[in-house]
Amino acid sequence: MTTLPSPQPSPPTLAGRAGRFVATTAPRRLDWPMLLAVAALSGIGVLLVWSATYDPSDPDGALGYVERQVGHLAVGAVALLVVAAVDFRVSRAYAPFVYLAAVLGLALVLSPLGETINGSRSWLVVAGLQMQPGELAKLGLLLAVAVLLGEPRDGEFAPTSRDVLFSLLVLAAPLGLILAQPDLGTAMVLTGTYMGMLLLSGAPVRWVGGLVGCGLLAAFSVWWFGLLKDYQMERFTTFFNPSADPRGTGYNANQSMIAVGSGGLNGTGVLEGEHTRGRFVPEQHTDFIFTVAGEELGFVGGVAIIGLIAFVMWRILRTAGRSGDPYARLLCIGAATWLGFQSLINIGMTLGVAPITGIPLPFVSYGGTAAVANMAVLGLVLNVQARERGVH
Amino acid sequence: MLSGRRHRSPRPQTGPVRPPTARRASMVAVQLLVLVLFAALTARMWYMQVPQAEHYRELALASHTQKLIQPAVRGRILDSSGRPLVTNRTELTVTADFHTLLNQDDDGAAVLRKVAKLVELPYEKLSGRVRLCGPETGRPCWQGSPYQPIPLAEDVDPRVALQIMERKSEFPGISAQQMAVREYPHDELAAQMLGYLQPITQEEFEAREDLRAEFSGVDRVGRGGVEAVYDERLRGDSGTRILSVSSQGDVSGVLKDAPSEPGMHLVTHIDTGVQQIVEDALESAVEGAQAQGKPTDSGAAVVLDVRTGGVVAMASRPTYNPEVWNGGIDAETYDRLLSEDAAEPLVSRALQGQFPPGSTFKPTTLAAAVESGSPLHGAYSCPGSIGLAGRSWQNFAGGGYGTIDLHKAIVVSCNTVFYKLGDEMYHDYKRNGAKQGGKDPVSAMAHGFGYGKPTGIDLPHESSGRVPDRAWKHEYWKDTREHSCKMAKKGYDDEEPAQAAYLERLAREHCLDGDRWRAGDAINRAIGQGDMLLTPLQLARAYAAIANGGTVYEPRVGRAFLSADGERVDEIEPVKAGELPMDDRTLKYIQRALTQVPKEGTAAGAFGGFPQGEVSVAGKTGTATMQNREDSAWFASYAPADDPQFAVVVLIPQAGTGGAAAAPVARKIYEGIYGFSATGGDEQDGGAPSGPALPSGAPPSKLPDVRADGSVDQLDDH
Repeated sequence: MTTLPSPQPSPPTLAGRAGRFVATTAPRRLDWPMLLAVAALSGIGVLLVWSATYDPSDPDGALGYVERQVGHLAVGAVALLVVAAVDFRVSRAYAPFVYLAAVLGLALVLSPLGETINGSRSWLVVAGLQMQPGELAKLGLLLAVAVLLGEPRDGEFAPTSRDVLFSLLVLAAPLGLILAQPDLGTAMVLTGTYMGMLLLSGAPVRWVGGLVGCGLLAAFSVWWFGLLKDYQMERFTTFFNPSADPRGTGYNANQSMIAVGSGGLNGTGVLEGEHTRGRFVPEQHTDFIFTVAGEELGFVGGVAIIGLIAFVMWRILRTAGRSGDPYARLLCIGAATWLGFQSLINIGMTLGVAPITGIPLPFVSYGGTAAVANMAVLGLVLNVQARERGVH
Repeated sequence: MLSGRRHRSPRPQTGPVRPPTARRASMVAVQLLVLVLFAALTARMWYMQVPQAEHYRELALASHTQKLIQPAVRGRILDSSGRPLVTNRTELTVTADFHTLLNQDDDGAAVLRKVAKLVELPYEKLSGRVRLCGPETGRPCWQGSPYQPIPLAEDVDPRVALQIMERKSEFPGISAQQMAVREYPHDELAAQMLGYLQPITQEEFEAREDLRAEFSGVDRVGRGGVEAVYDERLRGDSGTRILSVSSQGDVSGVLKDAPSEPGMHLVTHIDTGVQQIVEDALESAVEGAQAQGKPTDSGAAVVLDVRTGGVVAMASRPTYNPEVWNGGIDAETYDRLLSEDAAEPLVSRALQGQFPPGSTFKPTTLAAAVESGSPLHGAYSCPGSIGLAGRSWQNFAGGGYGTIDLHKAIVVSCNTVFYKLGDEMYHDYKRNGAKQGGKDPVSAMAHGFGYGKPTGIDLPHESSGRVPDRAWKHEYWKDTREHSCKMAKKGYDDEEPAQAAYLERLAREHCLDGDRWRAGDAINRAIGQGDMLLTPLQLARAYAAIANGGTVYEPRVGRAFLSADGERVDEIEPVKAGELPMDDRTLKYIQRALTQVPKEGTAAGAFGGFPQGEVSVAGKTGTATMQNREDSAWFASYAPADDPQFAVVVLIPQAGTGGAAAAPVARKIYEGIYGFSATGGDEQDGGAPSGPALPSGAPPSKLPDVRADGSVDQLDDH
C-alpha cells in the first residue's frame, strides 16, 4: 500500500514514527551490542524464572510463569521501541505527565485499590492486572530530575541552587509515598538515582556535599528515633550479622548465601539445584533470582550475568559521556545509576554484602512493571545515542 | 509546573563553568567506580563459590535433609529358663518439646493449660515436669536433655492423643507418641538386681562419645542393676532415616535408610522360682524378727551357683517396685526411695551392706593358722574364757568344751580356740613376719577368700568390705587422727559423764597411738569381729569357693546374650578371680567340719528334721556383735555337701543369733529349691505347697532359644 504524498505533511503519528524508526533508523543507529546484552540477560532471566518456579508435580505451572514473563518482555520491547523512536527533545514534554502519573499511582496504592504483598503495600490491581507504581516512579523521577537539572538556560551551564531545591521537592513526593508503603528497597534506589544525577549534573558543590551530609543525618535520625519498622531495622542488623537470628530475618540472608555458595564453579545445571528445588530461598523467582543463577549456573553463570550488566552500564555511560546535551546526558546518567545501583544491591544481598531489600534484578527477575520500566529507560538511552550519532 | 521554568527570564551566570575536560574526567571516574564495584561483587562471588563452596555445600546438605532417629527396641531380661524378668510394653505418651515451648510468649503456659485440661492433670504438675533440673530448681523437674521429648502424661487415652495430633496448630510443641516402657511382670522381684531406666542427663549425654553428636534416640539409660551394666548391649543401635525435604518440610525422598538394630536379650543366672522363694523367706524372717520386737529393718540373701559363680537369686529387704520409675518418677516417691525411714529400698544390702562376719569368718582364721604352722589334727583347749593381751576373753554364753580338735571348734563355734590362734599368729608375725613387710597370715588368707575388695560382680555400686590389718589401721589413723585429737581435747560434753569419759579416753588413745596394730585387734578379728566388714555377696562367693574345691569366682548375674532374631548367642563365661590359698587337706577338713554344723552344731536346731540324707547341707552360723546394736544373724552355707551346687548366704541384721535368725531362712531356701516340705521329707510325703524350684537340683544347662518370630522358647519347666 502506498501513501500519496501530501503537499503539507501532517505531523506523523507516534505509531508511524515508531514504524519508520524500526524500518529505517534502527538498523543503522541502534546500539546493537547493548541490545544483544539486554536480550541475553532477559533470556537467562526467563530460563531462571522457569527453574525457580518449576515443580515436578506440576510442570505446567512453571510454564505459566515463563509465558507471562515472555509477555512482560514483549510489552517491554514495544515500550523500548516506542520510546527510542521519539526524539528525547519531544519525549521531554511528556516528563511531567509520567511523573504525575507515577505519583498518582503511588497515592492510589495507599487507597483501597492497593494490595499488600509480603508486608508491603506496593501493588495496584487494575482490571485484574497487577502493577507496581514504584517501578514507574523510578522512570518518572528520572525524567523529572533530568528536566530540572539538565535544562540548559541562557548563560547557565549548571543547575542553580533554586533548581536543586526544586528537584528535592520532586524527589520528596514519591519518596514519601514509597516509604509509607513501606518499600525500603525502592526508596533506596530512588534516592541513589537522584544522588547520582545530582552529583554529575554540575550542581554547586555545597549542595552535593550538603545533601550527602543531610542523607547521613537523616539515616542517623531514622535509626535514633526508631522510624523504621522493626523488620526493616532487623534487615540492616542482620546484614551486619546474618547468624544473629538464623530462623528469623537472617534466614533469607543465610539461605541465599548457601544457595549461591553451594553452586560452586560450574553450578549444578538448570533444574538440578537442590536448594532451588526445595524452595529454601523465598522469592527466588523475583528478588532472589540471582541465587538460582548462583546455584544452578555457578560462578561461570554468575560472572556472565554480572558481566552483561556491567557491559550495559558501560554502553549507557559511554553514551552519557558523548552527549553534548545536558538533559540527554542526565537521562543516561540517571538510567545508569538506577540500573547499576539496583543491580549492585540486588546481587550484593544474595552474596551477603548488602542489606536484604525487596528490589528486583533488572532484566532478569520476574515481573511486569519492572520489565516495562527498565526497557523504557533503555529506549530513552537508545534515542539519545541515535540522536548523538545522527548529529555527527 | 516543570516546563513553566522555560519562560523565566535569563539571569547572569553565577556558577562556575565546567569545562568539557572536567566533565569527561568525571564520566571516567564514574565508569571506573562501576568497574570497581562490579569487580568487587565478582570477587565476593568467587570467594563464596570456589574456596568456600564445600562449606556452603555442607550447609546446603544439612538444610535440605532431615535425619530421623528410630529408637531400637531394648532387649528383654530373662531368667535362666527364659522366663521374663523385664519386658517392654508401649504406651501412648504426651510429650513436650522444651525449646518450642520456651519460644512461645508465655513460655508455653497457655498450651500446657490446654494439655492439662485434656489429660485431666493439674497444670502445676505439667509445668513442673518441663522445668529443667538445675542447682536452683527443686523437684519436680526434668533431668534429661532439653533436646529430647519431655513426657507430660503417660498411658493416655488414644482419644486424647488423637485430639492432640489432629489439632497440631493448637498445641505447638506438644505431641503424642508411642513410647516403649519397661514392664516388670513380677513387680518387686529382684528389683535391685535388675535396675531401672531413667532419662539421660545432660552430663551423661555429653560424657558419652556415642551419644554426644546429637539426639540419637537414646533418651533413657540404665541406672542401677544389670540395666546399667549391660546398657549398651540391651539398648541396641538406633536406626537413621535421612529424608530429603523442602523448606516447608515436605518429604521428597529417602536418601538413606538404616533400620534400627534391636538390643540383645539378656539371659541371667537368676531362677524366678528360687528368687521368689528367697524374697518370701527373707520377708517373713524380717517380719518375724520385728514381731519379736527386734529392731530389724532389713535383710539380704544370696544364692550362688558354686560351679560358675552365677547368681541364682539375690534379694535385699526392703525392696520396691521398679514400675515407679516409668514416665518420670514423682517427687514424693523419689524422696521416699532415698529416705532412711523407708530404709533405702534402692540399696541392695546383698552387695552394698557391710557387716562384721562374726563366726562365719572362723574357717578363714583356721586356714590361716594351719597354713602358718598350727597342727590341723592337734588338740586345742576350749575354756569358757581366756586371758589374752591383758584382759579376759569370753566364749559365747561363757560355756567351755574342754580339749577339742579344730573340727569341733568349728562345729560348736568355740571362740576361745580362735582367740588363742589369733593371739599366737599376732605374736609370731610380730616376731618374724612383720620385718619382711608382707601381710599377716589372717589378712593374707582373708584376701585369698576375696574379702576386702569388690567381688567384681556385674552390678554397680558394690562395696569392698574391710579387712583390718596393720596397713589399714595406719591409713585409718592418718585419716582420723586430727578429729580424734580435737575431740580428746574438747571432750564430749553432750554425753553422760561416764560415757563422755570413756569416749574421751578412747579419743586420746587413738590420737596418740591409734596407728598401732594391737593384739586385741588381731584377737577380735580372729572371730570376725571388730573392724572386719563383709558384704553378704563376698561371704557367699567365699563359701562357694570352699564348696567347689577352692575356686573363687567373680559372681555373674548375666549368663548370655541372645540376639532378637535368635541367631547370635554370646555366652558370658565364668571368670575365676583366684584360688583359696590353702592346702587341699585343710580345705577338705573345713568342708567336713561345715557339713556337721547343721547336723550337730550351732545350726542343728534350725535344721532339725531337714532331710539331710537326701541333700546334706554344710554351713556356718555367725553372730556379729556391734556396739549399741542388736546382734546381727548370719548363715553361710552350701549344698549338697557331697556334690556342692549352691551356696546360700543369709543376713538378718539386728535379729539375734545366726543359728536362730538366719539359718532357718537358709533352710527355707533349700526346701524351696529341692521341694522339701517344712516338716521334713520331700514334697511327695510332706505335701509342700509347690514343687521344687529346681527339680534337677541344678540350674538349667541349656540356654533358652529365641524363636523366629522373636518370642522366647522357655525351657520346659524342668
